[in-house]
Amino acid sequence: MDIALETDVAIRTRPAWTARFRCTARSSATTRRRPTSVNGEPYEQSADDAALVAGLRAGDEQAFVTLVDRYNASMLRIARLYVRTPAIAEEVVQETWLAVIQGIDRFEGRSSLKTWIMRILANRARTRGAREGRTVPFSALAAADAAIGEPTVEPGRFRGRDDGDWPYHWAAPPRDWPEERLLAGETLQVIDDALDELPESQREVIRLRDVEGWDADEVCEALQISAGNQRVLLHRARAKVRGALERYFTGDLATAA
Amino acid sequence: MSVMIDDITCRELVELVTEYLDGALSSADGARFEAHLEICDACVLYVEQLRSTVAAVGALSEATIEPAARDELLRAFRDWHRPPPNLPD
Repeated sequence: MDIALETDVAIRTRPAWTARFRCTARSSATTRRRPTSVNGEPYEQSADDAALVAGLRAGDEQAFVTLVDRYNASMLRIARLYVRTPAIAEEVVQETWLAVIQGIDRFEGRSSLKTWIMRILANRARTRGAREGRTVPFSALAAADAAIGEPTVEPGRFRGRDDGDWPYHWAAPPRDWPEERLLAGETLQVIDDALDELPESQREVIRLRDVEGWDADEVCEALQISAGNQRVLLHRARAKVRGALERYFTGDLATAA
Repeated sequence: MSVMIDDITCRELVELVTEYLDGALSSADGARFEAHLEICDACVLYVEQLRSTVAAVGALSEATIEPAARDELLRAFRDWHRPPPNLPD
């Protein structure tokens, strides 16, 4: 594997004073569910996972259906990032489920069941993609995308370095949004369009994290990207969607300034 | 008021919001981030708007499996659990 792909490039895009701190995959304040293994602390299996694992081991169809309903659609989309055709993606996902059923007795519960499933999916999809020759692997695209050090807010929105007492503070600050319109159908359409405009890597990360509510760790496993790159891609995606909402609600503040 | 060397600027803060929300900033950086928010209403609004954005993105519908694909996987599941023909239990 190309070592460079695994390099945590997030650091390059952050201000110098943060460069000495490495980001870790600490569990998030916004994470809705389980504790994640941090700094070698034992991972604590959720009751939900324990029940599903027991069900799969017993050959319980309902446990399988639960997992399929939760993850299959996302898995198809993820597999599609590694391989060339939808048909191959379907095969990879089906092979993954078979591997899950066959391997569940060996699952040790050191990560969430979902993380384990996504690791199997990613390994199979990556192997298949390499064999079929997807030109550039997704993880390489994601790393390249994350490595671009472009600011997420237009530099013209801020004062210059020599601006008296307030260097790099807002010149054109954000304005209030009509909160009551935030979840309106038309607003959701604006968001949907903004997602469509994103580069593939950013789009998939924001879908998994914010639309489907996955943990950072689960997204890293599924997309085979580092925690730092995952966060850079997510932040870029969120900032662009915020920008689209800002233009929709308050007009283009950068040119108004 | 003058800006101290270790203070965070608005332009830097906007790049760190996701790290902040994910609890991924070091405690020192987190403290700088929060200290800035105490003196800067515009950045408070920016952080709020990013949170609102996350909430609104979360209101989009999740992808769901197609019924035909679900049926096919269930059939496969039953096959996988059928014991192999020539082996004793």
